[in-house]
Amino acid sequence: MSKILSQKFYDEMKRLEPRYPTKVALLLPALHAAQRETSWLSPEVLEEVAAHVGIHPAQAREVASFYTMYNLKPVGKYHIKVCTNVACELRGADGLVKHCEKRLGIGLGQTTSDRRFTIHEEECLGACGTAPAMMLNDDYHEDLNVAKLDQILDQLP
Amino acid sequence: MSNLNFEQKQSAQSESGSIGGEPGGETLFIQHFKNDEARFLKYYHEKMAGYTALKKAFGMTPAAIVDEMKKSNLRGRGGAGFPTGIKWGFINDKTPFPRYLVCNADESEPGTFKDRDIMRYTPHLLIEGMVIGGYAISANVGYIYIRGEYTREAVLLDEAIEEAYAKGYLGKNIMGTGFDFDLTVHRGAGAYICGEETGLLNSLEGKRGEPRVKPPFPAQAGAFGKPTIVNNVETLANVPFIINRGGEWFSKLGRLERSGGTRLISVSGHVNKPGVYEIPAGSMTIRQIIYDLCGGMLNNGRLKAVIPGGSSAPVLTADEIDVIYDIDPLMKVNTMLGSAALMVVSEDQCVVKLIHRITKFYAHESCGQCTPCREGCHWMESIIERILHGKGREQDLALLADISDNIGGKTLCALGDAAAGPVASFVKKFKPDFEAYIRGGKHA
Repeated sequence: MSKILSQKFYDEMKRLEPRYPTKVALLLPALHAAQRETSWLSPEVLEEVAAHVGIHPAQAREVASFYTMYNLKPVGKYHIKVCTNVACELRGADGLVKHCEKRLGIGLGQTTSDRRFTIHEEECLGACGTAPAMMLNDDYHEDLNVAKLDQILDQLP
Repeated sequence: MSNLNFEQKQSAQSESGSIGGEPGGETLFIQHFKNDEARFLKYYHEKMAGYTALKKAFGMTPAAIVDEMKKSNLRGRGGAGFPTGIKWGFINDKTPFPRYLVCNADESEPGTFKDRDIMRYTPHLLIEGMVIGGYAISANVGYIYIRGEYTREAVLLDEAIEEAYAKGYLGKNIMGTGFDFDLTVHRGAGAYICGEETGLLNSLEGKRGEPRVKPPFPAQAGAFGKPTIVNNVETLANVPFIINRGGEWFSKLGRLERSGGTRLISVSGHVNKPGVYEIPAGSMTIRQIIYDLCGGMLNNGRLKAVIPGGSSAPVLTADEIDVIYDIDPLMKVNTMLGSAALMVVSEDQCVVKLIHRITKFYAHESCGQCTPCREGCHWMESIIERILHGKGREQDLALLADISDNIGGKTLCALGDAAAGPVASFVKKFKPDFEAYIRGGKHA
């Protein structure tokens, strides 16, 4: 099987390996690093990660599917995750979700047909003092309102 | 200290709109927050006596450090409030090696965002606290398990750790003492349950973050099956202060007998000035926090409810807020301080919708191992949902009380209680709000 993940991935794993007493402890860092390269964890990527940490691909999937941050389906170039938990709900998160859906013409959990945007509802992001908040890929955006959200989306390349 | 004087200072502080300063007593953290220089070693050395506590600790025996921690009356800041000194004391001469020290930086309890500020503004406090902790329990390896969403904070921690390695505060033979300590940031990947310490340990080991059967407790068999101490970020960040200035001094910072130090509180929801505040432990009531510290209710709204300790804490009504905001006083009114995350709710918010959202969260986050939690949370969510849609039945409130009673205390970990307590308390305290849907024809 030809490799999908880059040398950078393998270098990072090599650097992290001595930090843990077992190789399987590398699984979460490996899934993060792999997803950074491929944007989602396809069965082939999961297989490659599993082979590297020495477990069965099913075990890698079993673990990956437990966590919400690992994308087991393709996502858009911009992955919007709006927090709708208590503090954000109290500060108007619902309006942000509705606005996203309307503006992008998709529902929660869906991706636009041009593969630019995916929207998800997110549980508490730990940014409750600056609610409502969302993540756009790896970045936090806080103290949001509809106008600010539009501004952020308008500026995306 | 005079109480009156304290209140005056407190109100002066809120008028100035500052969240720094000294609200009726010395603060340890907050004056360094929002300062982008504070995270660097240079600032830590110059302004915060950086790594002098570590030097002092190396002149003490591990047993003396644990003793100092016990004297400090520092109670765990993650939610359970367990005395840190007693926890460290679980590791003794007979405990086998290797041992691990793990920092719980999962900060997943809804409403909590204080540890994030420690990690992004004063990461060296956490690192120094961990090296001292490692020395005290003879652990040579530490991990900071940080929630996956905190990507930026993980990078900042890594940078601070790199600085500490470069100066010889981490790594081999620290300060020439022969003590080695390696520290690694390990990112979670989105799971509330990984804030539960045994779920966290499984996740660290590369598994699903499902909580373990206890006993054995982590101090006996924790990370990788070895003796492990797990402490919250704020707990560990307090350690350098305690070592430098003594357990007794720290204990006296608190205003209650069994609760030392200051406390970082996360306030969110319908207040004018939400954010992280620092108060002497046990020094204020919830009313004072809302109206004096946080500038009162947003848009002059009327207070409807307060969730005092993260979404897992049973709710309080507007009549119940003259209670001191600390572990023991809140326990006496059948709720909890938890992670000191205060969520303030005005009458503009429908409380039935609110408990629906909370219950949906627990149903989503239940790991599924224990039947009462896996099934019960979904049933509670569905029942509240039908109430919201005008399809509630007369017996639904009794049914909700019954289900919550069959979850609480009947699961491996505290998620069951976390889901059950809020439902039981909302139904009991806001019955007319539910009845407006069931009988009054109201619907969402």
